[in-house]
Amino acid sequence: MTMIDRRDFLKLAGLAGVTFVAGTGCAATGMGSSSDEFHFVQLSDTHWGFTGDAANPDAAGTLQKAVAAVNSLVEQPDFVVFTGDLTHNTDDPKERRRRLAQFKEIVSQLKVKNVRFMPGEHDGSLDKSAAYQELFGATHYTFNHKGVHFIALDNVSDPRGRLGEEQLQWLQADVKQQKTDTQIIVLTHRPLFDLYPQWDWATGDGKQAVDILLQHPKVSVFYGHIHQEHHFKTGHIDHHASKSLIFALPAPGSVPKRAAINWNPAMPYDGLGFREVEFDKSYANIEIKEYPVKRG
Amino acid sequence: MLRMILAYCVTTAVLAIFVYMGLTEYSLRAAESGERVIKITAHKFDYTPNEIRLKKDETVVLEFTSSDVDHGFNVPELGLRADVLPGKTTRIRFTALKAGKFEVHCDNFCGVNHEEMGGMVVVE
Repeated sequence: MTMIDRRDFLKLAGLAGVTFVAGTGCAATGMGSSSDEFHFVQLSDTHWGFTGDAANPDAAGTLQKAVAAVNSLVEQPDFVVFTGDLTHNTDDPKERRRRLAQFKEIVSQLKVKNVRFMPGEHDGSLDKSAAYQELFGATHYTFNHKGVHFIALDNVSDPRGRLGEEQLQWLQADVKQQKTDTQIIVLTHRPLFDLYPQWDWATGDGKQAVDILLQHPKVSVFYGHIHQEHHFKTGHIDHHASKSLIFALPAPGSVPKRAAINWNPAMPYDGLGFREVEFDKSYANIEIKEYPVKRG
Repeated sequence: MLRMILAYCVTTAVLAIFVYMGLTEYSLRAAESGERVIKITAHKFDYTPNEIRLKKDETVVLEFTSSDVDHGFNVPELGLRADVLPGKTTRIRFTALKAGKFEVHCDNFCGVNHEEMGGMVVVE
C-alpha cells in the first residue's frame, strides 16, 4: 500500500484523528511512493503504576490497549518512540524497578521491535535515571533512519529539569556534524521552550538547546510531559506535544491549578491517544495523525 | 598524629566561626538597612509559610532552607528562583516590581507529591 493509498484508506475508515501538517517545503504531490517515505509512532506519558479512578479507572489496562491499537495499524511503523514518563513515580527504588520492568514487558508485545525510549521526570528525577538506565540504557543518544537524524535529549535526570552543560556541548557537536539538508528530529520529554513555566512546563536551560538547534535549517521537536496535543514554533523549529496514555491535563494556564482532567464515563479514554508521524520522500513535509487509545 | 587532629579541629572551628560571622553580618546588614528578612522553609510537599505577602517596590531578604530534601522555589512571573537545600541557607535580596498574586512551584523533583508542592506570593 502506498502512502497515498494508506491516507485514503484512513480517511475512508475514519480511523485517523486530527491531521497536522508541518514543514517548510512544498508538498510532495506527484512524487509517488518511495522507499524513503516512512512513519514512526510516538507514545508518551504512560505512567505505568498510576492509580486514581477519578482520572482513569482503567489505569492498569490503558497501556495494553494502546499497544493493541498500534499493533492494529494497517501499516506498521518503522519504529516506535516513547517520550518519557513510562512509569508513575515512587519513592521506593525497588518499586520503581518493578514498574519499569512491567512496562518493558507490556510494550514487548508491540509487533514492531524497533522501539526507542527516553525517561520522563517520573522515571528518572528521583535517582538521576539510575534504574531507568539499568533497564533501558542511555538517556540521551542519536540514531539515523532513512536519512533523517534523530536526537533524544534528556531533560529530566537532573531533578531541576535541565539538560546540563555537558549534554548541551554534546548537542552542539552533533548538530554541527549534520549536513544542512538533513532533517533533524528531536525527541524529548519536557518542552524545550517556556510553554508555561508556572506549571513547570519548560526546560531550565531549554533556550540554550533551542539556540543550538536554530543553527540548523530543518528541525522538529516531538515531546510529551503536558498530556495534550500542542503545536508551537520557535523561529523555524516546530514543537509538537503528544497526548498521554493515562490522563489528560488542562490547557496551559486555563485553570488555577494543574490537575488531571476527570475521566468522562460518557466518553471513556477521551483526551488520551498516540500519534503517527509520517515523512514524505523529500522530508519537506511531516504529517502528524492523532489516534485515540481505542480505535473504531 | 595528635597534632594533625588538633590542627584539623582548630581549622574547622575557625572556619565555622567565620561562616557564622559572615551570615550574622549579612543579616545585620539587612536589619540595619531596614529590609525585612523573611524565612521560608521547604519540606515535602509544602513551604512554611505557604503564602508570602510583600509590598510593591519593597526590598526584602528571602532566606530559604529545606528541612528534608532538595527543593526549588520558582515564581516565573516575578523572575524569582532559588535552590532550597537542606543544611544550607540560600539568601536572595528581592524587590517585587508589580502587584498581584503569583504562584510558587517547586521546580526540583522532590518525591511522589512533588507536583502538588506550591505556594503563593501576594504583592500589594
